[in-house]
Amino acid sequence: MRFDYHTRYSQGFALLRHKRDWIGYGLLFAGLLGAPMVLSTWMVGEVTYVFILAIASMGLMMLTGFTGQVSLGHAAFVAIGAYGHAWFMAQGLPFAASMPLAALVAAAAGLLVGIPAIRVHGLYLAMVTLAFAIVVEQVIGLWRGVTGGFMGMMVESPSLLGWSLGAPRVFYYVCLVVAVLVLVALANLLRSGIGRAFVGVRDSEAAAFALGIPVARVKAGAFALSAGVTGLAGALMAHHIGYLTPDAFTLLLSLDLVLMVVIGGLGSLRGAILGAILISMLPKAVAVLKTFLPDALARQFGLEIFVAGFVLAAFVLFEPRGLNGRWLKIRAFFETFPLYRRDMFRRQKAYMKSERNK
Amino acid sequence: MNSAFELFAQVTMNGIAVGAIYALVALGIVLIYKATEVLNFAHGDLLVLAAFTTWALIVGLGLPFWLVVPLVVAGMAALAYGMDALVVRRIAGQPQFAGVMLTIALAFMLRGLVSMGFGTESQSYPTPWSGQSIRIGTVAVANLSLVILLVALVVTGGLWAFFRHTRLGVAMQASSQNQLAAYLNGVGVKRVNSLVWALGGATAAIAGIFLAPVTLVDTSLWLVTLKALAAIVLGGFGSLPGAIVGGLLIGLIEQYAGVYLPHGFKDIAAYLVLIAVIILRPRGIFGEAHGRRV
Repeated sequence: MRFDYHTRYSQGFALLRHKRDWIGYGLLFAGLLGAPMVLSTWMVGEVTYVFILAIASMGLMMLTGFTGQVSLGHAAFVAIGAYGHAWFMAQGLPFAASMPLAALVAAAAGLLVGIPAIRVHGLYLAMVTLAFAIVVEQVIGLWRGVTGGFMGMMVESPSLLGWSLGAPRVFYYVCLVVAVLVLVALANLLRSGIGRAFVGVRDSEAAAFALGIPVARVKAGAFALSAGVTGLAGALMAHHIGYLTPDAFTLLLSLDLVLMVVIGGLGSLRGAILGAILISMLPKAVAVLKTFLPDALARQFGLEIFVAGFVLAAFVLFEPRGLNGRWLKIRAFFETFPLYRRDMFRRQKAYMKSERNK
Repeated sequence: MNSAFELFAQVTMNGIAVGAIYALVALGIVLIYKATEVLNFAHGDLLVLAAFTTWALIVGLGLPFWLVVPLVVAGMAALAYGMDALVVRRIAGQPQFAGVMLTIALAFMLRGLVSMGFGTESQSYPTPWSGQSIRIGTVAVANLSLVILLVALVVTGGLWAFFRHTRLGVAMQASSQNQLAAYLNGVGVKRVNSLVWALGGATAAIAGIFLAPVTLVDTSLWLVTLKALAAIVLGGFGSLPGAIVGGLLIGLIEQYAGVYLPHGFKDIAAYLVLIAVIILRPRGIFGEAHGRRV
């Protein structure tokens, strides 16, 4: 079992509270640093993509998981970040300046969507974001002067201080560094007054308002922050893809991102990362599965999407807290062994409460 | 008559024909939303499944159209009943977002099954009205469009009469207004809700059967759900007449945008309307204004 024995105030709110955490995360980080030495180039590219998705998923998690605002259109911000970055690079801006600028543009777009979000919530918000994403996708296709339209747009190879960052193994480290920076920044933000305000707005707007939290500003701000982080992921995605076309940022990407945060477990950054790993591995797992299936079944299209739907349904029904919840349960089992009881994480049964008039 | 007016009349006719389909789809979604507060994102995929099944029965097995329609409608109603009874019911009491995710999951599974079962190629099947058209004044109208309009009217009228004059319909209204009160008055809420899903599935099937010959039988037909969402929002969320009016309006707006606005507006007109309505007048045309409950 674990005992907390604090001798200093700062120990109470440290990001990594236990020596065990330091060792675990240290080993993980060291492993990720060393991974490109042993992995094949193809695998390095795949892991890079997981980092990028994890950043985007953390961005959405800030909004959906911590502020309680549903967005079914986050692919729009990925697209804005990607195209913004590619356009700034094409204008001759250096990589290091273009990426934050692209994130800022995406954040501004997020603010634009976030302001109506002050008025509406729940399903309405889901539909506004959905419609926004479709509109953005179409606009990108039609705005040939900037985006190249449906013909697409080349992305210049990244470089920093004269060093080329384009090689897969180098770009891996770029993405790793950005992902870790985003993770640490968001984890710190969540411990600050702003992060507490997010959670307060999620749990009860009225209570948050009564406690002096400017609810409208927090909601719009959460949208901007989330869009900014997602736009940053978009900028990295631009380099990962290399050639931007509007059909890289369809509704399916939006839904994939939502899948990541829901399957990962709403309300935890760890969940966002776990979800990103699971969702990006799912098509590969299905490909492996296909080799075991009879040929007639394996050659059919549609198995991937069926499995994705099945996994999502299973999580919504049987593990609403997602992968993170499962992880917490497993950890609690070992930490409190043999005292773990299923009811420790019990969900309350309830008849349907209307959200219609909320 | 000048040609500008002719064009306008033709476009209006097309808009009404498309709008009737949107209205039918929107109707099914609103039905389910009103009863169970689940926004059914799988509705479009039920529609696709219905269209593909119809194709398989008509072209594959050679059954006559009039036999296939009731078969497919009954089949989809049964499927929708099962979806609620076995899956969706389990999340009662959880936040609305859970319902959204669950129906998206069901939509994915249905889409996967459709592509696995019927292939991914576009298909088409004949109807008794395919390829015929009549002229009203100077406007050419495809018979199929008229039939669609008629079907939409019949379905709407039928539903209106059903909710107004039958025991089950009144029970459905009661359970959608207040589940606990309905339950205490002897309404079997679970069964009634599943029956509403069956009704929604049946309207999805009807929409699918009549939409597919206009376009093609294709998995991308599910996108009509998104247009229907715009119709629902425009009409007022959770209002059945609103769904019909909203559907027709969205159809008209889309067709007018295609003719009178620059290239590209046709595809996004519905979504621009959706965003504008939600920002400017979230309760739409027929929606009730709700106070905010803390």
